[in-house]
Amino acid sequence: MARSRKISVDRRGFLKGAAAGAAALVAKPEAAKAQEAAEVRRPATPTPLPGAKQTASETAPPPPRIDVYTTDRPGSDFMVDVLKTLGFEYVAANPGSSFRGLQESCVNYGGNKSPEWITCCHEESSVAMAHGYAKIEGKPLLVMAHGTVGLQHASMAIYNAYADRVPVYIMLGNVQDVAWRRSDVEWAHSVQDAASMVRDYTKWDDAPVSLGHFAESAVRAYKIAMTPPMEPVVIVADAVLQEEPVPEADRRLQIPKLTLASPPAGDYGAVKEAAKMLVNAENPVIVAGRVARTPEGINLLVQLAETLQAPVLDRRFRTNFPNRHPLFGAGNVRTADVVLGLEVPDMWFATHTQTPVNRMGMEAKRITQPGAKVITIFAGDLSGKSNYQDFGRYDEVDLAIAADAQATLPILIEECRKLITPDRKAAIQQRAAKLAEVSRKNRERDIEQAAWGWDASPVSTARMAAELWNQIKTEDWSLVSDVTFVSWWPLRMWDIDKHYQFIGGHGAYGIGYGAPAAVGAALANKKHGRISVNIQCDGDLNYAPGVLWTAAHHRIPMLNIMHNNRAYHQELMYLEDMAARARRGVENAGIGTAINDPNIDYAMMAKAYGMFSEGPIDNPNDLGPAIKRALEVVKKGEPALIDVVTQPR
Amino acid sequence: MKGTFLLVAFFAALLPAICQSGDPANGKRLFVRDGCYECHGYAGQGGRDGARIATIALNPQGLIRYVRAPAGAMPAYTDKVISDQELTDIHAYLQTLPKAKAAKDIPLLNDLLKK
Repeated sequence: MARSRKISVDRRGFLKGAAAGAAALVAKPEAAKAQEAAEVRRPATPTPLPGAKQTASETAPPPPRIDVYTTDRPGSDFMVDVLKTLGFEYVAANPGSSFRGLQESCVNYGGNKSPEWITCCHEESSVAMAHGYAKIEGKPLLVMAHGTVGLQHASMAIYNAYADRVPVYIMLGNVQDVAWRRSDVEWAHSVQDAASMVRDYTKWDDAPVSLGHFAESAVRAYKIAMTPPMEPVVIVADAVLQEEPVPEADRRLQIPKLTLASPPAGDYGAVKEAAKMLVNAENPVIVAGRVARTPEGINLLVQLAETLQAPVLDRRFRTNFPNRHPLFGAGNVRTADVVLGLEVPDMWFATHTQTPVNRMGMEAKRITQPGAKVITIFAGDLSGKSNYQDFGRYDEVDLAIAADAQATLPILIEECRKLITPDRKAAIQQRAAKLAEVSRKNRERDIEQAAWGWDASPVSTARMAAELWNQIKTEDWSLVSDVTFVSWWPLRMWDIDKHYQFIGGHGAYGIGYGAPAAVGAALANKKHGRISVNIQCDGDLNYAPGVLWTAAHHRIPMLNIMHNNRAYHQELMYLEDMAARARRGVENAGIGTAINDPNIDYAMMAKAYGMFSEGPIDNPNDLGPAIKRALEVVKKGEPALIDVVTQPR
Repeated sequence: MKGTFLLVAFFAALLPAICQSGDPANGKRLFVRDGCYECHGYAGQGGRDGARIATIALNPQGLIRYVRAPAGAMPAYTDKVISDQELTDIHAYLQTLPKAKAAKDIPLLNDLLKK
């Protein structure tokens, strides 16, 4: 609720008489009286450099009396009251004039606590930091940005968060009233409908026209962002509302109580039907997408898998299931008779193959066996937008439950347990040993594969992952980066059973997510004392490397290990593919895709931003000791970076 | 005339042997120039996007057949892009790449196996 504050009756303070003292004794000229009557005097549009008139006005003796516009209760103070009720720990922002009032209120009136201001060098970094933070902390981080140029910078990161079903709370500054735009800059930075630019990939937005409206919409936005399917929301904080005093009429302003909606669980009848199909299956397989929203989600999925002795195939969007569990990765959709998809946004790709790019026709083939049943529990079925196509292909399923999977799991587990007769229990338990053996062999195969290229230079990604693991395995660690581009080695080698130990990737594969999302996740880990580990792709870092400074400036402890393969490697492979298809010039695939000549010195880059660093390291035997030294820095509460010249994948 | 025929026949018979011997130094150069490393790794160790091909089990002719019409996601490379001889050289290079140690003989990996 709102803070109780003593508020003066006259919201606008007119500091009368800059030359106070003696000047106050001088009789007021008529012109001055007229000035006093005016509510506010605003400067004319400034010229780029002070002109003669302005210079004279600033150096000549002051007039006997001037009226200076101040207030002890700007609207932005009330906005900060609202933000405090929502429990934001941090606000990430690159500064912008359209929300200067809010910034001032945050750092002064709000005491720069809850939220604490995090200085970002790019709005894409601000949003991606919020994206990474939310996946660790389970709640939004506040982002502020200009409604125009800031949001334009931020837009790709918002799309990533949308596609990754992550709540991000974005507050945009804007000067709606034309009479309040101070200059051509403010005209260029003003917009009629700010959120329209990102409405295709946000869940809800509003542009409140009063402080009361702001309070209501701000609370509503939080609730909507946190209701599955979770997605970004946008609130426009009008600059006039921020900077003008709280009007007399609004002194009874109320901040509505926030009550989060319970996530939608599946229809009981449908869940019972799903349980029946699963219990009677001979080879059920669970495909896990973004199931575990909280640590409890992992426990629930373990319970379901163990109840059914069903293997879990993870799509690597989150930590859904412990990767050393005997049921992890031990199944195959091709041999399953029932496939259960839990929060799988790409279910079609889980049940189909498609001809590779070097074939004609893009033929698709369903890989499930004839008669196999497919069940989905997917909150994405509850909402959807059409323009951006992250929803993927339509998949034919036998039972679709539009609900949040984690919220549905307790009922599903209970129903399965009810239906398991002693006969079925025996049949189900028979699967266990076989699946455990498959899981064990998968693990062994991965470890044997890691030995190939062990001593190679550039350093193999398997070696890099093994050296990292050797240094962090006894710590409370958190992998804060995606590992798609290092052949998923950490997921194949490390022991992962906590939600913060792997948080998935971009969402929409928008590159530039990696570094800032890792910093945001590390920011969330900071108070928990976890060692955040970021395997940082070189191409990704170059989008907005200023986030390294943000990490250094705010003392965000994190161990950054460069995966420096000196290329936009996915595109390099695509260009190779296209050249081979066109039967020409495969040797030119590096044009426009390689990041070399000159090679970028990431250790020097990190140093420039004030971060401890070492490298480049291309001898694998040098890597372990370097990681150890960097880890000592991280344990002291600072970020560190090791530049490792790596194999491509 | 008869002499010429015999000479041609002699070299024709010799050709597969020349091709099969390959030039590993040239193969190493081509392995990088033509982008084999992109999916298979500089050490031929394999990765997310390509199989392990260090100490490849295929013979040169098998490699050539596969590269011309690959079964998986690998692009098809015609002889206009890379010749049989060049592939033979690459094959020779792949044979020079070291075989991996057993994981149990690498302490960091052995630790992982034991868990």
